[in-house]
Amino acid sequence: MTIDSMQDIFNLMAARKKPFWEVILEADMEERQVTREESMAKMLVVWQAMKDASDTYTGTRHRVSGLVGGDGMKMRQYAKRGHAMSGGYVSDVIAEALSMAESNACMRRIVAAPTAGACGVLPAVLLPLSKYAEYEELNQHQILEALYVASGIGSVIAYKAGIAGASGGCQAEIGTASAMAAGALVALRGGSGKQIGDAVAMALKNLMGLICDPVAGLVEVPCVKRNVIGAVNAVSAADMALAGIKSRIPVDEVIDAMGEVGRRLPVEFRETAWGGLAVSPTGLKIKENLHSKKKQA
Amino acid sequence: MVDIFDILGPIMVGPSSSHTAGAARIGNMARILLGDKPVSAKIHLHGSFAETGSGHGTDRAIVGGLLGMHPDDLQLTYAFEEAKKCGFQYSFDEINLRDAHPNTAVIVLTGEKGKKLTMQACSVGGGRIMVNKLDGIDVNFTGDYNTLVVRNRDENGSVAAVTSILNQCRINVANMSVCRHKRGGDALMVIETDESVKPIQLDFLSELPGILSVTYYDKNKGEASDDD
Repeated sequence: MTIDSMQDIFNLMAARKKPFWEVILEADMEERQVTREESMAKMLVVWQAMKDASDTYTGTRHRVSGLVGGDGMKMRQYAKRGHAMSGGYVSDVIAEALSMAESNACMRRIVAAPTAGACGVLPAVLLPLSKYAEYEELNQHQILEALYVASGIGSVIAYKAGIAGASGGCQAEIGTASAMAAGALVALRGGSGKQIGDAVAMALKNLMGLICDPVAGLVEVPCVKRNVIGAVNAVSAADMALAGIKSRIPVDEVIDAMGEVGRRLPVEFRETAWGGLAVSPTGLKIKENLHSKKKQA
Repeated sequence: MVDIFDILGPIMVGPSSSHTAGAARIGNMARILLGDKPVSAKIHLHGSFAETGSGHGTDRAIVGGLLGMHPDDLQLTYAFEEAKKCGFQYSFDEINLRDAHPNTAVIVLTGEKGKKLTMQACSVGGGRIMVNKLDGIDVNFTGDYNTLVVRNRDENGSVAAVTSILNQCRINVANMSVCRHKRGGDALMVIETDESVKPIQLDFLSELPGILSVTYYDKNKGEASDDD
């Protein structure tokens, strides 16, 4: 049985009487011909790499471009002071999203999820839960379960719509990451398959149409901060789904719609740096400065 | 189903799976296919690699790959310093290729024992790569499989001799292509296998008549660093 849609996952859950994460685990075992232990060990390596990146972040490394560096630490310190508008869990989510995306821009080691540019979204919603017991008492197994849920969602979106900024815009990268994170959170709180689907649908809908317009073609501006909106959007979509709010458009139709929007996005808004913020006066100036720096070197 | 570890992965040094992780894999592939310790490289960057390469660390990643670093190696950031330390010479320039993928590099590599290799490869996204040309001969392989590159004189029987050895070793051929410059000249076999090929089996192959050289890319060793 192949998994090509969210409905396929729901059907397998019903047929096998298994939770979402286990259906994905079994699909991986079948696909790669590995044992349950081998699959979970590989997932644990993924989680460990996410944790390592967060734990070793100091905010001291900056990009040659001068555009990125230190913002994750600013947000971490601000969150610690306890006066953030968002407060508590959400301000920690923002700090983690910035730290991870910044780490990627500054050539530190990260896990693409589903892409390097969107690597901050999923770990941002999970790391605060595993770090601070005040939010949730989580064991490692639960985290791995959440990662299976996220990867299953990402796999379906990659198959149905695509996850590359160059083919579908930012909505395909940050949007997908956000949907994966939203589903993972619902699963962590014991939500049903349908609720996971609703969270995925709402997360994707709320970022639909987002263009990919990187200044100077680099994964820096606006990419780092877009990881924040992806993560915070995931938290709100998960909470809505857990509250019992449903997506009026079924999740598979939302994914198809996202794919269609991506295909119809003008090429200027698909990672070429020919539109949007990339061609704003300041964006162009930054590009020019970088080019003259490169020539000097 | 799309492999879930392509969704949560690769584990890599940022910032870009195509411009950094893929670039490191291209360097690594060239190093392995040279079959010798590289001492110098001329690296030509095409398209988006030339345009935004330095901002994405493409240059460092390729040099790091040539030095044997993998996409998740934190030393990639310091590849230039590392190259200086071990006396590895490299140069970069821009090139305009016709009909090439935007993320393409051409690497002209020289090894310690004087071996030479010219490889054109592109980074196709998600850290995946494709090798397009070896020493001027068109090829097409990705490193997703274990890959044997066998150079042979264009004589009859060479292909059968190689595949019969593989058969005896119970190594299944997944894909295979045979390419040559011109009739009777040097030819190239690219053989992708399901099982990995052992060093002693490689020795067997390279001693067959008409075989000029054998290099081998093992997909498991090509995937990730063994340690930090």
